[in-house]
Amino acid sequence: MPQLLTIAVSILFDGLAYAMFLFITSVGLSVTMGLMGFVNLAQGAFAMAGGYIVVSLTRSLGIDFVPSLLISAVVIGVASIPFERGLYRRLYKSTDLEQVLLTIGLAFMAIAAFTYFYGPIPKSVPLPSWLEGDVNLGFRSFPSYRAFLILIGAILITILWYAFERTNIGAKIRAAVDNRRMAESVGINVDLLFTLTFALGSGLAALGGGFAIQLFGLTPYFAVLYLVLFLIVVAVGGLGSLKGTLLAALVIGIIDTGGKYMYPQAGNFFIYAITVIVLLIKPAGFYGRE
Amino acid sequence: MAASESTPTAATAARDRAAEYLLRRHNLRWPEALPWLIAIVCYFVFPDRMTFGSQVVIMIMFALSLDLILGYAGVVTLGHAAFFGLGAYTVALASMKLGWAEPVSGVLAAGFVAGLVGIVVGWFILRYRGLTLLMLTIAFAAMLQEAGNIRSDFTGGYDGLPGLMFDPVLGHFQYDLYGHTAYWYALAVLAVVLFFVRRIVYSPFGQALTGIRENVRRMHSIGSPVHRRLVTVYAISAGIAGMAGALFTQTNAYVTLTVFDFDASAKVMVMLILGGTGRLYGAFIGAAVYMIFEDKLSKMSPTFWQFGIGLLLVLAVLFAPKGLLGLTERLGLKRRPPQ
Repeated sequence: MPQLLTIAVSILFDGLAYAMFLFITSVGLSVTMGLMGFVNLAQGAFAMAGGYIVVSLTRSLGIDFVPSLLISAVVIGVASIPFERGLYRRLYKSTDLEQVLLTIGLAFMAIAAFTYFYGPIPKSVPLPSWLEGDVNLGFRSFPSYRAFLILIGAILITILWYAFERTNIGAKIRAAVDNRRMAESVGINVDLLFTLTFALGSGLAALGGGFAIQLFGLTPYFAVLYLVLFLIVVAVGGLGSLKGTLLAALVIGIIDTGGKYMYPQAGNFFIYAITVIVLLIKPAGFYGRE
Repeated sequence: MAASESTPTAATAARDRAAEYLLRRHNLRWPEALPWLIAIVCYFVFPDRMTFGSQVVIMIMFALSLDLILGYAGVVTLGHAAFFGLGAYTVALASMKLGWAEPVSGVLAAGFVAGLVGIVVGWFILRYRGLTLLMLTIAFAAMLQEAGNIRSDFTGGYDGLPGLMFDPVLGHFQYDLYGHTAYWYALAVLAVVLFFVRRIVYSPFGQALTGIRENVRRMHSIGSPVHRRLVTVYAISAGIAGMAGALFTQTNAYVTLTVFDFDASAKVMVMLILGGTGRLYGAFIGAAVYMIFEDKLSKMSPTFWQFGIGLLLVLAVLFAPKGLLGLTERLGLKRRPPQ
């Protein structure tokens, strides 16, 4: 294969894997922000906590990586419900500032607590043999771990799309995002919907955190380090839009990967530049409501 | 309302009281001397901790700049470190590349540069609110940091620009090992800045800002030029943050790209919130309390310190939304405006 094409394929593949990670972790944030307008800076903390649960399950209890991912997502999803019921709920009508402060406070506490229990050094997990090495797709081989991430991402997108667009509950969520008061007045229990989507979103974030372990290395600072990225995906995609979040994750994942291949010293510069440009032109993001 | 207007004398009396309050509101009150008295006492009680003292003063100034935009105009920003960093690098690069080592003019130049950038950035981003605005402020600070890293041959990158040289303050006071000059110098600049900010806050312009914070739509509908006012105050706030950054570089003779960190922006906001927003002296209390606790606790255990700060934020939001100063008011320690 010509060299340029090889590089392009690598960028696309790695970018796609990165985009799937971004999508899985931020989609819940987008929907909950769209539903309640709640600025949740603790999403990164839920992802980080999910990652550490996977670390504990695999290293201490010897459970396989893939079941650990599932268990961790369920545990974090359930564990997030009390946070929503007890803390977030009290601030739905508050200002952005108070929401920012509460959730950043939670993120700080989470970082400190996990540093205390797990230490500041990056963790890794033992992978099953089929996730190590490469997988041959006929024309070329790719790292199996990333291929698996892309596969899971694609499955999740399909399920979420179906649930969002084709089920009763999805229709209710869309209605509530569109016009919360109207949805409530036709008898939709928006509070309950919100708790459900919040738990689902946190569970998905935990799944993303689990995948992040082998992608970036997991430290407690993951909670704020990648938080800005999740927020960018949500803001660029448009609040409450599945399509927007996916598009934003793809754009940012692929362009950032490309930037790092071609011009590694630029770091995250391209991501921020795209964010600024998109938001200046479309302040509500790709598919957000103006 | 109907009750008070049915008796004209009561209405006039209320109006007079309000007028009197408005006339006197900007007068200096005796508690306002307290921070300066404490600062002087600190100099005599802790003469060997003055390097730390100068850093506290600089953070107070940084928090004060944030109070203008966040506390008075109600714009939530998580990227104010951008302007602090711009000021810090202005004096660093001026001293290193141009040999411009005179401190006071350096601070003014830094304020000017940061203010100019504030006008340009503010003009673009202040049309937006909520998450969009928040993300734009974060992204702007992060972009400056990444740009500085790309040109690390010029900025020194994360290793920083060490060993910067500055002339004696006012051509007379040499920087000393104990930070005495740095302390008084920073304190003097802070006093000038506070005087200036106080004037702004109690001016009609300051009133307009409060109006924007409380009800943007109403300000629009009475014809207030909201965007222009916001850009103006953003630029002033940026300029003051830049001056604080310049003092930071001058007193440390050292600067790295970490001044642009997201953490730095979040930290100054936490300080201001803890002290209380929209009340000038919140920045003083918040920054001082935060810095002193950080100094003590983070040496013992950075982990517990971080947990404590997080817990404090959560508790502050739930139980003391107006900060420490708000708490004292609630306890009735401060005069309330007449009804």
